[in-house]
Amino acid sequence: MYSFDPTEEQQMLIDAVRKYAANDLRPAAREAEEGGELPKKLISKGWELGLLQASIPEAYGGFGERSAVTGVLAVEEMAFGDLAGTLAVMTPSLFATPILLAGTEEQKQEYLPKVIEGDWAPYTAALIEYAFDFDPLALRTIAALAGDEYVLNGEKAFVPFAKEAEALLVYANLDGQTQGFIVPKDAAGLTIGGEREKLMSLNALPMYRVKLENVKVPAANRLGGASGHDFEPILASMRLAAASAAVGVANAAFEYSKNYAKEREAFGVKIAQKQAIAFMLAEMRTEIEASRLLTWEAAWKLDAGKEDAFTEAYLAYMGAADMAMMVTDRAVQILGGHGYIREHPVEMWMRNGRGFAMFTGLVIV
Amino acid sequence: MPIEFEPPKPIVQTQFVLKTVAEEMMRSKSRYFDEHEHEIPWDYIEFMHTAMKAMGAGSLAPKQNGNGHEGEEQKEKRPPIAYQALAAQIEALAWGDVGFYLCTPGGGLGAAAVQAAGTPEQRAKFLARFAGEKPTFAAMCMTEAGAGSDTASIRARAVLDEKTNEWVLNGEKIFVTAGDKSLTPYEKLGKGFIVVWASIDPSAGRAGMRAFVVEAGTPGVRVTKLEHKLGIRVSDTAAISLVDVRVPFDHILGSPTVEKTTTGFKGAMATFDATRPLVAASGLGVARAALEFLKEKLAENGVQIRYGLPRQKLTAIERDVIDMEIMLKSAWLMVIKAVWMADNKHPNALESSMSKVKAGDVGTKITQKVVEILGPLGYSREFLAEKWFRDAKITDIYEGTGQINRLVVARQILGYSGAELR
Ligand SMILES: Cc1cc2nc3c(=O)[nH]c(=O)nc-3n(C[C@H](O)[C@H](O)[C@H](O)COP(=O)(O)OP(=O)(O)OC[C@H]3O[C@@H](n4cnc5c(N)ncnc54)[C@H](O)[C@@H]3O)c2cc1C
Repeated sequence: MYSFDPTEEQQMLIDAVRKYAANDLRPAAREAEEGGELPKKLISKGWELGLLQASIPEAYGGFGERSAVTGVLAVEEMAFGDLAGTLAVMTPSLFATPILLAGTEEQKQEYLPKVIEGDWAPYTAALIEYAFDFDPLALRTIAALAGDEYVLNGEKAFVPFAKEAEALLVYANLDGQTQGFIVPKDAAGLTIGGEREKLMSLNALPMYRVKLENVKVPAANRLGGASGHDFEPILASMRLAAASAAVGVANAAFEYSKNYAKEREAFGVKIAQKQAIAFMLAEMRTEIEASRLLTWEAAWKLDAGKEDAFTEAYLAYMGAADMAMMVTDRAVQILGGHGYIREHPVEMWMRNGRGFAMFTGLVIV
Repeated sequence: MPIEFEPPKPIVQTQFVLKTVAEEMMRSKSRYFDEHEHEIPWDYIEFMHTAMKAMGAGSLAPKQNGNGHEGEEQKEKRPPIAYQALAAQIEALAWGDVGFYLCTPGGGLGAAAVQAAGTPEQRAKFLARFAGEKPTFAAMCMTEAGAGSDTASIRARAVLDEKTNEWVLNGEKIFVTAGDKSLTPYEKLGKGFIVVWASIDPSAGRAGMRAFVVEAGTPGVRVTKLEHKLGIRVSDTAAISLVDVRVPFDHILGSPTVEKTTTGFKGAMATFDATRPLVAASGLGVARAALEFLKEKLAENGVQIRYGLPRQKLTAIERDVIDMEIMLKSAWLMVIKAVWMADNKHPNALESSMSKVKAGDVGTKITQKVVEILGPLGYSREFLAEKWFRDAKITDIYEGTGQINRLVVARQILGYSGAELR
């Protein structure tokens, strides 16, 4: 059967996240972006919503089951508030969710309770590399087996909270396969870049370059143990998270520009009464809905174990990245010159919007 | 029920059956009827009539509160899926040939109007015929030469003759899909009807608009012209003239009094809420046909689509194919959501029009792109790609042009009336 109704539990979660997005994240977003910092209290409050905790079974200290559908519903709502804040709140998932999906029993026992037992703690992951043709399925960071250790060499980029991280999940190319390796913060050969990444947006999110020079980790630190793991489900979960964040940001830009257009007057009428503006809004709303539904379907397929789930997550992600650029660009256009001024948030969302095409690995559900 | 995307089993089964129908009865004849405009595809019409009777579905229009041909399910209190099933059927038939689909007996837009704007008695009275012995058609006449998108400015008039208690209709309608098959007394067809929109009070504007059922054979109504078209040539598009056409009082759909409200116009709009996602579905069927054909041809020529690569690594063709798949899949989900809302009695004016906006875009973009990528193969009349390109364009024109549906969407999201946003 088809159905588009979230469950009661999901609806409660959506409502709670929506409140946090509106009352906490959004009001703090501009200052965080300009000041380059998100208040720790703000992050902790988002953490207390329990998105990650609710996706981890009791056996590992959590209180639920992972559902990609629930994940995309929540991420869209949170990103409606602010993208940088969302990525910060969700950073520990980058470490924990792949372990939940692909880790050995020992890895789950060892790490999951640690990540979720207390306050938000900086566990993170390193996937992105600094190359124009960065491809998560063809990494340049290399892993090689030497005795009972893996040796990692390469450089990672855009690693959130790397500086303070307790441990990182580093993705590397092992004989052509993308594999995750759990790297403790004090591993020899691991250098976290001194300066933060300087990007077009997400200034509030501390991200770093991470160098790996002959970093040795025990074979047991390979995600999934000796036989490793399938990277596709992890990648799909990253893509779905990015897609739903793109929908959230686009929706923020749509709502804001819609409300503005109903207030702003030109030539004696509200600008929203001009078809050139109204049609842009209609198309923005339509494309947001298109991306949202494709993301939901892909998430449902992932949960249901459908064989085309990975392809569909890819399509949802590619579509949402384009959609977010189109919608956020138009939001700026609808505000005209005012859209270009940093007093309004739309320019920030437009900078966010361009990023989704390369945000694979910054968020996961 | 939680969020779910498992197509209901009865829908999957029908899709499977209709694929064979599409291949056997439609695709093989597509070219012939494209090149023999105004010939009638009797084989298809009779086959569909027999098949639909066998399935217990007299009309493609969904039964009120019913579940298409899934009566069983209703009893078990399963969620209703009549509109969803209908959308899936239409998409599957349009995948075969959207012009043929428009030649499917069972009432089409005429029956849909009765369904949406008529009383239960009127539904019983006018819709029963579609389950009869002969295939039967009905059509809907809104458009006039001087009133297309601007439906409220139609000039057709209905005047009540109080002596005989009959409505007297006068007007000139154009672009009536299946108008010929609904009115002309072909031996092989049952007696059809047309639903004519006319004003009972010109001073009342929209509030005065009403729909009237005019039976085939009623004196004064006749087909005056059959159009020659860019595409969907197998489907007849008729001009119909009404001169002092008398119909019984109860042939007015819904309420006969002119309140100071816009009930009549709302009747028309309710029809559109119901039919727009279905028209969208038909456009997506054409788009899927074209995209599948392209992928087949690419595969034959050893061109693989490498899903999963970042954009920077994709070839131009891969990008195009991937973008088309994104468009098609998401557009289809918008149709499904709109009809799911209709099945569950949620107001769906916004979703309905959004699905039409999207399908109009997607249908034209995909078919245009497919012809482009296929080069000479796309442009040649040896294959159907060029025909699908011509057929698909209609999706963005009838049942509200892309612009009109954008207006509806914009009014919904902005909370504007027609006066505030024209
Ligand atoms: C093959 C075919 C089958 C059809 N079948 C039926 C049928 O069965 N029954 C029926 O009643 N009709 C039918 N139609 C008619 C169809 O619904 C109309 O053609 C359509 O509504 C557009 O009206 P029009 O052709 O008069 O164009 P116009 O209304 O003149 O529009 C011309 C252009 O102006 C744009 N436009 C108009 N108003 C606005 C506005 N307010 N804002 C912005 N842009 C605007 C339109 O989008 C379009 O681009 C059919 C048409 C065709 C071609």
